[in-house]
Amino acid sequence: MDLENKINKKPRVTSRFLSFNKNLFLNTKDKFISFVNRFKNGSIGTKLSHFIMGAGNFYHKQYIKGSIFFIIQAAFLTLFISSPEVNRTPLGFKSIGNFFTLGTVEGDVFSRTDNSMLMLLFGVVTFGIIAMFLAAYFASIRSAVKADQDLASGKKPTSFKQDIASLLDERFHVAMLTPAIIGITVFTILPTIFMILIAFTNFNHERPAGQVLFDWVGFQNFLDIFSGTGEIAVRFGPVLTWTLIWAFFATSTNYIGGILLALLINKKEVKFKKLWRTIFILTIALPQFISLLAMRNLLSEYGPINAILQNLGITEAPIRFLANANSAWTARITIIVINIWIGIPYTMLMTSGILMNVPAELYEAAQIDGATKRQAFFNITIPYILFVTTPYLITSFIGNITSFNVIYLLTGGAPTVSGYIAGETDLLVTWLYKLTIDQSDYNIGSVIAIMTFIITASATLLSYRRSKSYKEEDAFQ
Amino acid sequence: MMSTNTTTVNEPIKFRSAKAAKRLSTITAYSLLIILSIIWLYPIVWIILNSFRVEYTGTGQLIGIVVSHYIPKSVGLENFRRLFFDSLFPRWFLNTLMVSSVSFILSTLLTLSVAYVMSKLKFKARKKFLNIAIILGLFPGFMSMIAIYYILKALQLTQTLFALMLVYSAGAGLGFYVAKGFFDIIPNSLLESARLDGATNSQIFGKIVLPLSKPIIIYTALLAFIGPWMDFIFARVILGETNRELHTVAVGLYYMVYGERVDSNVFTLFAAGCVVVAIPIVTLFLSMQKYYIEGVTAGAVKG
Repeated sequence: MDLENKINKKPRVTSRFLSFNKNLFLNTKDKFISFVNRFKNGSIGTKLSHFIMGAGNFYHKQYIKGSIFFIIQAAFLTLFISSPEVNRTPLGFKSIGNFFTLGTVEGDVFSRTDNSMLMLLFGVVTFGIIAMFLAAYFASIRSAVKADQDLASGKKPTSFKQDIASLLDERFHVAMLTPAIIGITVFTILPTIFMILIAFTNFNHERPAGQVLFDWVGFQNFLDIFSGTGEIAVRFGPVLTWTLIWAFFATSTNYIGGILLALLINKKEVKFKKLWRTIFILTIALPQFISLLAMRNLLSEYGPINAILQNLGITEAPIRFLANANSAWTARITIIVINIWIGIPYTMLMTSGILMNVPAELYEAAQIDGATKRQAFFNITIPYILFVTTPYLITSFIGNITSFNVIYLLTGGAPTVSGYIAGETDLLVTWLYKLTIDQSDYNIGSVIAIMTFIITASATLLSYRRSKSYKEEDAFQ
Repeated sequence: MMSTNTTTVNEPIKFRSAKAAKRLSTITAYSLLIILSIIWLYPIVWIILNSFRVEYTGTGQLIGIVVSHYIPKSVGLENFRRLFFDSLFPRWFLNTLMVSSVSFILSTLLTLSVAYVMSKLKFKARKKFLNIAIILGLFPGFMSMIAIYYILKALQLTQTLFALMLVYSAGAGLGFYVAKGFFDIIPNSLLESARLDGATNSQIFGKIVLPLSKPIIIYTALLAFIGPWMDFIFARVILGETNRELHTVAVGLYYMVYGERVDSNVFTLFAAGCVVVAIPIVTLFLSMQKYYIEGVTAGAVKG
């Protein structure tokens, strides 16, 4: 929502950037001043808290809270200073140096090579741990100051019981969000940062982790897209083009087809609406790997579809539809057609729901104005559906850019292009998968992931701008 | 004269033709629906038929490959017998059931708590969190998967079902949009009056909001439960190719047909596996259809 506002105000980018920096500077300055003040004016406990976490709490007899803070500090310092080795790679203060060098010891038969990959990973983890420690450090000081203030204003410092109770009430959001934030940090943010950093290294199949060192290379991998004769230089353009073509057709065919199907089922004359709907919903309920692999086998050279085509005399020899198709476009068109089978039911379901919610006043007003049913359909029903589903259209376009199952399970990216990993039907995401999981070319894989992110992010930004501008027109309010 | 003539003659015809047109459109609608239904059911029925197909060659060998005739020449339960007694399928089924039972509880809790906080509780960093969630959602999911694989490996957790449970549920907090849309509709006045009566935030959530939220709880739980049965990619990366006893149904059945060292004669076995997986999942899905449709419609309109 914040994002919307920012885009819509559209102030000059530079001035916004400057003011952001200014705010940041003022913020930091304020924080520093209040930090100094806290140190000056606090009780002995608060002052001590700057060196021993939890001291302020002990001073105010908040023993449990104080112990928790103290344990955090002790644990952090122990880990940081002792730098224990996990999988023969230190995790602690040594990780920071390792993060920049990515290992220096090139091993031989008798000694081990530094594991650059783990060093990079532990570097990121260590920065994360330091950030969390700093947060705890400031929280400890704040809590000491608060106890001071409570005492000064004649209240008793809060007991541990009260602190817990506040987690269930005024600080309920903290209790509710903490598990989710931990999960997201460990399983989404940390890995994402790690993979972004990999894009700036030369970590590939020639340098397996723990056997050969790899190092920082700056923007080299990105420059390789535009020059040279490597896989990424030659295949990036074609794969990107096909990804966009695929996303466009997959989205538009499903969208139009789904709306038409919903209108068909919702026709007044049609009975047993629920039965028809259920038939199509079956596709959604069926796990995709089943329906896609079924399709792939149905269309195989010895499968029933080719038998029908031959029996009807439409073709002489079996047609190769998918992975071993003669031309790229045969496979591509087949995929888009199969995707219609997969995707139409979703749009149909959604549109059916929307059709029932068209505001009745709109039809009544049209009737008073003497509009025919046909006019009402084309001037109310259709525009209403289009209006309401525009956000969906954009999210499904983004979804199709990163749709993995359809391509991977139908063709695996084939027909192949000889000499290259990326086949004729590979999308950016399946290419990325092959490069990393099958080929261990992690650096190029990360570059492709970042490019994919840039594409989806720009589509999302556009969609925010659009949906907001629609809202401001008040077309249907 | 001419004009009156035409009108008198034309009127009944027009009337008749309007009726005929209506009938024609009904017939067209039905025939279209029937043709489309056949197209949509064709592959599904084919898989079911293949699961029962038990055909032998002249020398008594089972023909388990894809064949060109749609209707089997002879049927039986041999494929299901082989599936349950001669393959690892029962293991895969139990694995998937275990993973999905744990991860659906965890991810439902995470999703609902984040959605509620983002919808109804006002605090300082709320907008910042929303923006971060939007941006994180834009990275391709398995960009981080490779890193997750290494993190789990460093924790010595790869190739365990526990790791897969963690992967499925840990990120669930990010998928809160639909549920947030649902909570947004609950009137604030309801919560405020509870506040005035002295209820704490946790009591409001537990005693007022949750009982009202049955549809969205079911929607979230349904999707979380079905996820592991449908997912192919995360399970493949985390569990690896080689240790087949650890696979979930999707990975196991895929390698049954497209693995490197399998005989090509397993298609009917694969079909039987698909039927066994599909029956509970499809039944569950269809019985909860109502909630699913509500969720999809709400999600789409909210964007």
